[in-house]
Amino acid sequence: MSSHSLFGPLDPAVDAGWEQAPGRKGFLTDTSVCIGCKACEVACKEWNAIPSDLGDGITGESYDNTSALGANTWRHVAFVEQSTPPAPAAPPAVDLGMPTLRAPDADAKPEFRWLMSSDVCKHCTHAACLDVCPTGSLFRTEFGTVVVQDDICNGCGYCVPACPYGVIERRAEAPGDKTKNAGIAQKCTLCYDRISDGDLPACAKACPTESIMFGDVDELRERGQQRVAELQEQGVTGARMYGDDPHDGVGGTGAMFLLLDEPEVYGMPPDPVVTTRDLPRMWKRAGLAAAGLAAGAALSLLGGS
Amino acid sequence: MSNADCIVIQGSNMAECHPVGFQWVMEAKRKGARIIHIDPRFTRTSAVADQHVALRAGSDIVFLGGIIRYILEQEKYFREYVVAYTNAATLVRDDFRDTDELDGLFSGYDPETGTYDPASWAYKGVEEYAAAGNARKPSADQSAHTDRAAGDTHGAAGAVGHGHSQTTRDETLQDPRCVLQVLKRHFARYTPEMVEQVCGVSPQDFLSVCEAVTANSGRDLTTAWVYSVGWTQHAVGVQYIRSAAIIQLLLGNMGRPGGGIMALRGHASIQGSTDIPTLFNILPGYLPMPSVDDHPDMTAYLKTVTSDTQKGYWTHAGAYTASLLKSWWGKTATSDNDYCFSYLPKISGDHGTYNTVTRMLDDQVEGYFIMGENPAVGSAHGRMQRLGMSHLKWLVVRDFQLIESATWWKDGPEVRSGELKTEDIDTEVFFLPAASHVEKDGTFTQTQRMLQWHHKAVDPPQDARSELHFMWHLGNKIRARLAESTDDRDRPLLDLTWDYGQDGTDEPSADKVLREINGWQVKPDGTPGPLLSSYTQMKDDGSTAGGCWIYTGVYADGVNQSARRKPGSQQSWVAPEWGWAWPSNRRILYNRASADPQGRPWSERKAYVWWDEEAGSWTGHDVPDFPADRAPDFRPEPGTAGPEGIAGDDPFIMQSDGKGWLFAPTGLLDGPLPAHYEPQESPIRNPLYSQQSNPTRQVLKRKDNLSNPSADAPGAQDFPYVFTTYRLTEHHTAGGMSRWLPYLSELQPQFFCEVSPALAAERGLVNGDWATIVTARSAVEARVLVTDRIRPLTVNGRTVHQVGLPYHWGQGGKGAVVEGDSANDLIGLTLDPNVHIQEAKAATCDIRPGRRPADHQVRGMVEDYISRAGITVETGNTLHEKGDQS
Amino acid sequence: MVPEAEFTSYYGRPVVKESPWQADIPAYLFTGGLAGASSLLAAGAGATGRSTLARNSRVGALAAIGASTFFLIHDLGKPSRFLNMMRVFRPTSPMSMGTWLLAAYGPLTGLAAAHEIVGALPVGTRKVLPSVFTRALQATGRPAGWGAALVGPAVATYTAVLIGDTATPTWHDASGQLPFVFAGSAATAAGGLGMLTTPVPQSGPARRMAVGGVIAEQLAQAWMTRSMGLSVQTLHEDRAGTLLRLATVLSTAGGIGVVLAGAVSRKPRGATGAQLLSAVSGTALMAASACTRFGIFHAGQASARDPRYTVVPQRERVDAGHPVRSDRTPPGGG
Ligand SMILES: Nc1nc2c(c(=O)[nH]1)N[C@H]1C(S)=C(S)[C@@H](COP(=O)(O)OP(=O)(O)OC[C@H]3O[C@@H](n4cnc5c(=O)[nH]c(N)nc54)[C@H](O)[C@@H]3O)O[C@H]1N2
Ligand SMILES: Nc1nc2c(c(=O)[nH]1)N[C@H]1C(S)=C(S)[C@@H](COP(=O)(O)OP(=O)(O)OC[C@H]3O[C@@H](n4cnc5c(=O)[nH]c(N)nc54)[C@H](O)[C@@H]3O)O[C@H]1N2
Ligand code: SF4
Ligand code: SF4
Ligand code: SF4
Ligand code: SF4
Ligand code: SF4
Ligand SMILES: [Mo]
Repeated sequence: MSSHSLFGPLDPAVDAGWEQAPGRKGFLTDTSVCIGCKACEVACKEWNAIPSDLGDGITGESYDNTSALGANTWRHVAFVEQSTPPAPAAPPAVDLGMPTLRAPDADAKPEFRWLMSSDVCKHCTHAACLDVCPTGSLFRTEFGTVVVQDDICNGCGYCVPACPYGVIERRAEAPGDKTKNAGIAQKCTLCYDRISDGDLPACAKACPTESIMFGDVDELRERGQQRVAELQEQGVTGARMYGDDPHDGVGGTGAMFLLLDEPEVYGMPPDPVVTTRDLPRMWKRAGLAAAGLAAGAALSLLGGS
Repeated sequence: MSNADCIVIQGSNMAECHPVGFQWVMEAKRKGARIIHIDPRFTRTSAVADQHVALRAGSDIVFLGGIIRYILEQEKYFREYVVAYTNAATLVRDDFRDTDELDGLFSGYDPETGTYDPASWAYKGVEEYAAAGNARKPSADQSAHTDRAAGDTHGAAGAVGHGHSQTTRDETLQDPRCVLQVLKRHFARYTPEMVEQVCGVSPQDFLSVCEAVTANSGRDLTTAWVYSVGWTQHAVGVQYIRSAAIIQLLLGNMGRPGGGIMALRGHASIQGSTDIPTLFNILPGYLPMPSVDDHPDMTAYLKTVTSDTQKGYWTHAGAYTASLLKSWWGKTATSDNDYCFSYLPKISGDHGTYNTVTRMLDDQVEGYFIMGENPAVGSAHGRMQRLGMSHLKWLVVRDFQLIESATWWKDGPEVRSGELKTEDIDTEVFFLPAASHVEKDGTFTQTQRMLQWHHKAVDPPQDARSELHFMWHLGNKIRARLAESTDDRDRPLLDLTWDYGQDGTDEPSADKVLREINGWQVKPDGTPGPLLSSYTQMKDDGSTAGGCWIYTGVYADGVNQSARRKPGSQQSWVAPEWGWAWPSNRRILYNRASADPQGRPWSERKAYVWWDEEAGSWTGHDVPDFPADRAPDFRPEPGTAGPEGIAGDDPFIMQSDGKGWLFAPTGLLDGPLPAHYEPQESPIRNPLYSQQSNPTRQVLKRKDNLSNPSADAPGAQDFPYVFTTYRLTEHHTAGGMSRWLPYLSELQPQFFCEVSPALAAERGLVNGDWATIVTARSAVEARVLVTDRIRPLTVNGRTVHQVGLPYHWGQGGKGAVVEGDSANDLIGLTLDPNVHIQEAKAATCDIRPGRRPADHQVRGMVEDYISRAGITVETGNTLHEKGDQS
Repeated sequence: MVPEAEFTSYYGRPVVKESPWQADIPAYLFTGGLAGASSLLAAGAGATGRSTLARNSRVGALAAIGASTFFLIHDLGKPSRFLNMMRVFRPTSPMSMGTWLLAAYGPLTGLAAAHEIVGALPVGTRKVLPSVFTRALQATGRPAGWGAALVGPAVATYTAVLIGDTATPTWHDASGQLPFVFAGSAATAAGGLGMLTTPVPQSGPARRMAVGGVIAEQLAQAWMTRSMGLSVQTLHEDRAGTLLRLATVLSTAGGIGVVLAGAVSRKPRGATGAQLLSAVSGTALMAASACTRFGIFHAGQASARDPRYTVVPQRERVDAGHPVRSDRTPPGGG
């Protein structure tokens, strides 16, 4: 299957018509050094003045009381308690050409793990949210990132089910409340305002362990793959990259992750696909169906009364 | 830390409580270091560690003692380092008797007072020690167990080591009286089996830690040990840290890069608040606070601070004290009047926070300032704290928020329950809003003794003012009122140097304060001269002034060194030009030990400070913590005291013998060596000795401070579980700085308890539902978090369940986003004798499903437990248990 | 029943987000179909001289598309910004395309219906209207009707793409067949409306359209459910299951009613009975169509809420060594 512009590798900023794109920027979130401090969550809320969301007490789901990415949570730290031994080695995301892995040393093997991972909008190469947005509110920046323009979004909510990662969400609007951007789709902007000024995104800046790395996507991809190799060598067989493959269902992501287990363990889809990959076929089918309907209508004229 | 090859974090949840500092642990891990976390719970620190070892709260001395035994038995100690730099070879007095002979006691114990006479712990040949009257005997009329502290007498440098410049040593380490042999005998019973029995740690896990730390120590490698309040908040807390000190000295990890013991301090400038103390028993720079009984004048005082027969810089205590007094009383302080020594307040016993609370309850305290603290929630035994305050005439609270300590009189738990009636409380409460650190200039002193200047960024809102502002104006007002006074007792206030004002604002100058702390030459006319650059310039003749000798140099060359912010990338890896560390900007203390006795680095990899033969001076990456020109082979005339007495191979220059102390001949009230004692409340009998708990612990026998029965005592079965308290990243201590913030509150909205699935099954606790936790002090309710992160342990042949409780919530307070019951209401007051810290990390409790009874019925529930368990004031409070097996 | 699939999730929390859409959107799916197919029917009826059917269908189409527009705007989080849809023309956004379709279709339908309405007014009343207006209507009404008929089928089926072009498992999995289901459902609804509003003697095409619609819809649904995979479960469960079963019942009943109505009408004095039957079955058929749309809507929402429908198929692809990739043809084409 040949790649059309709805699918396959490409430079999204250039594809979107930026003539002097400064190079694609994104994240590598290395969950192997995340300490679950949630500084990223708070820094993001502070910087972007996101409404707080008290909920109704603790969830009982480990230390996670914000539960998921959403309109009021643009960075979300997942906490996974695993009492079973780590999943068997995943095939390395890239062939590392490594000799046999060093067997993890027996007494170091954790019989219990507590995985933490800071999730964020993936800033997909092929961003379904952006593709389906009927107002152009969602747009591709010169950094190749995907940003909502609050003053253009009409809250149609289409981007919400379109996103294969469940990231973007329409901010709830209670009658009478004056919440900022109520009724508007909200998600990480990759701190468009900050990176435009040459600053680090707020979350990356706050991260004490450099779990969140910001930079050039190509460079981060390489760094991540190297780190996976390192970890594998240290016996962390579950280490893998997520989102680093330009040939994957969304053309690779601007926000990549180094995970220690299958993506779904962290609440991420194992093989996400940009919905618009299938859009040409859908349009064809809809055309056929429309023609069928017309033909049927014509047929129905045949006959009496 | 990032240079360590192995990092043991024990008694600290570093990732959660010190996330920014933790980046260096992660950095070390990236470079291949092994990270070990030893903690009752599996925490966010454990999550990124290579190994987590779960142990029973309150059992660390056995674990550490086990490591010491392993090191000694397996001869894994760094012999050259140990012989040269520690007191391993020093002989101890013949009449010293150890716990293995006395079933858990050291020689010198007085069962009447529950105190030790430490005379027999001294080095051999220091027989005159006792005669010097160093250890203050508790006065007869005071309750023996409530009124002492090591620091009351000794200051922080430990104590005077009379004659310690001259010790008897056996460098073959064979003499049965040498410290190393004493150690061997002392720790012989701390076997892996004992570790398993007491801590609930398997021999494999234990041995793998032993192997990791010994394999990662030596010439080429260093191991760092990290602790925090998981170690300190025990009735034997100080000895936990002593145990780690012994390990690190034996392994040669002190004074070297990637080694050492990191005491992670708490609040942003908590280190600063001990250097320039908010503690009752020390003066700035760890000079002891003078006492009524023993210190009629400066000469008598200095005699107990230092001696002219000890080595090192403490012998200059006179210069530090005189300079301090000069900085406080300026021109009035002269050699003729002892530099106003008589102006210093004198202590008469324990004036620590907990003792003060009991005195409040006894109507002996009239007024109380609470500045930057929230005792109604943060201090142990919240009920006593709040009830104590209700006995005050006045209370001043300075805080950002209307915290529980400011509102207990109208919405605290006792008011809610009807026990206190607002209209009956006579306490006048003043609340004064405080400026935060971004709203004022000043310094923070962090864990590594580093001062960092912070500039005011914004004006404080509305009436909020800085601490300096409050103190300075309060001082001015009081002085104005007393201006006409002729009463002698007002002289200290009226003669005080109090000149911190600056033009154009009523805000005093923090910079002036820092200059005063740094110190200056005093001009002949008594006015300030040039700023000092080092404490070595201080004199005891009134020609220098300085508010805290260890901070001298922060204004070296007239420059505020603490305000330096040169990025790490633009300087050496030690980064000496970021902020300023006391003393003298040294980043690692006792760093002479990073070189071998001949002054060469132990290895290329760990080179830090070394002797430059050609230049005839010490040099290296850091400021050498040693007399700069003292050659490694220098040997003083026997008996030379003071800095001149420091031999070329005496790296521990503040110690009276220049050596690292494996055995502490003086300075501690509960023994020269760590011995394991069970916490005040424990599920088991002490398997090591008949002595169950620290025989010198400070117990507060009161009807309002009951203890749960321990081990096999009747009633112990009513409180079958161990609980510990701790912090979460999402909140800060008593909550004044987090529960009022929506972004933090939403991350951990409710008080919860962490329990294992096994305990949940045993007690019918359901994840997400409520549970009630009960002790002899109170009953609190918390949401249940069932988690595999808490594991039941097998201790002494039975299963011990532990309950984890974060202590950030409180009831009352105005405007808090979230509130909840307070874990501290569960905790009773039993204190470490040395530092009066509460045992908040290990106690026993019961836990049951469901919410607690309504406010007015809670006490009834607690009373039921108390009578069912047969608890009295005596329960758990016997200091000396006589052996029944002897 | 497909056996419970073993899968891993994060505390059972959804992986994708369900759409924030409320009843407006399924109602919109229904009215869009109703309008589009009605325009077709109207054009045919007009061309074959069934003027009442033509008129009723045109007016019905206008009402339906009016409702559509209301629903669409009502659903917006910021209705005041409806016009922001007109900022862009974006073929990758079915909603954008739909907006433009509506922009074209709405006025055409409006003109065509206005023409009919004005034509049906008593002459006296008609006189009151400005003659420019009536003359303009005269000239445009008919072509507008044809135009609406041309755009109508697209209006009826694009909504399948609208919901199919999402990560909502049921909708996306169904997207290959959904246009046909929607086309059938649209025919059913428009036929039903014709039957309800138009005397039996003129509503033959409506009846045939309705029956054709029912048959097409059932066939398409059968095809759809066979090719959907795991998410098909959502069509059978809970609210969606109830609605879709109800749709089947109603369309079967409606279909039988149609046939009966035809038969009865040929009986002497069967006219009234036939009319009644026709109206009832027409209503049932419209209701069936609405139930289908609501059913599929809710099935999709349910599939988004339950992570299994996202995770399991994706995990199976990965485990089978066939993750979706742009440099590899997926097995079985796609
Ligand atoms: N986010 C955040 N950071 C903070 C604070 C805060 O409130 N919130 N507070 C600051 C302050 S004031 C301080 S003092 C520091 C304290 O820092 P820490 O000492 O790290 O904090 P804690 O959580 O009180 O206790 C540490 C660990 O000790 C464990 N523990 C309990 N009993 C024992 C025991 O007997 N043995 C061993 N080995 N471990 C035990 C507990 O399970 C806990 O994981 O943190 C500072 N940093
Ligand atoms: N059970 C249990 N209890 C414990 C502990 C434990 O581990 N377990 N840990 C203990 C430890 S280590 C500590 S440090 C204590 C902490 O206990 P506290 O010190 O009582 O509690 P905090 O909430 O830190 O109180 C500090 C207050 O200072 C205010 N504040 C901050 N900056 C300023 C300022 O510049 N000026 C003024 N005036 N106010 C300011 C804040 O708003 C806050 O209310 O808790 C102790 N209690
Ligand atoms: S992750 Fe979702 S919201 Fe983010 S760019 Fe991709 S499709 Fe859009
Ligand atoms: S909700 Fe806003 S951002 Fe999302 S698709 Fe609609 S207009 Fe675009
Ligand atoms: S990049 Fe900015 S907007 Fe995105 S998660 Fe980080 S802080 Fe939030
Ligand atoms: S700030 Fe960094 S370490 Fe902390 S939770 Fe976020 S990603 Fe993890
Ligand atoms: S809260 Fe402050 S002191 Fe504590 S880790 Fe963060 S930056 Fe450091
Ligand atoms: Mo602390």
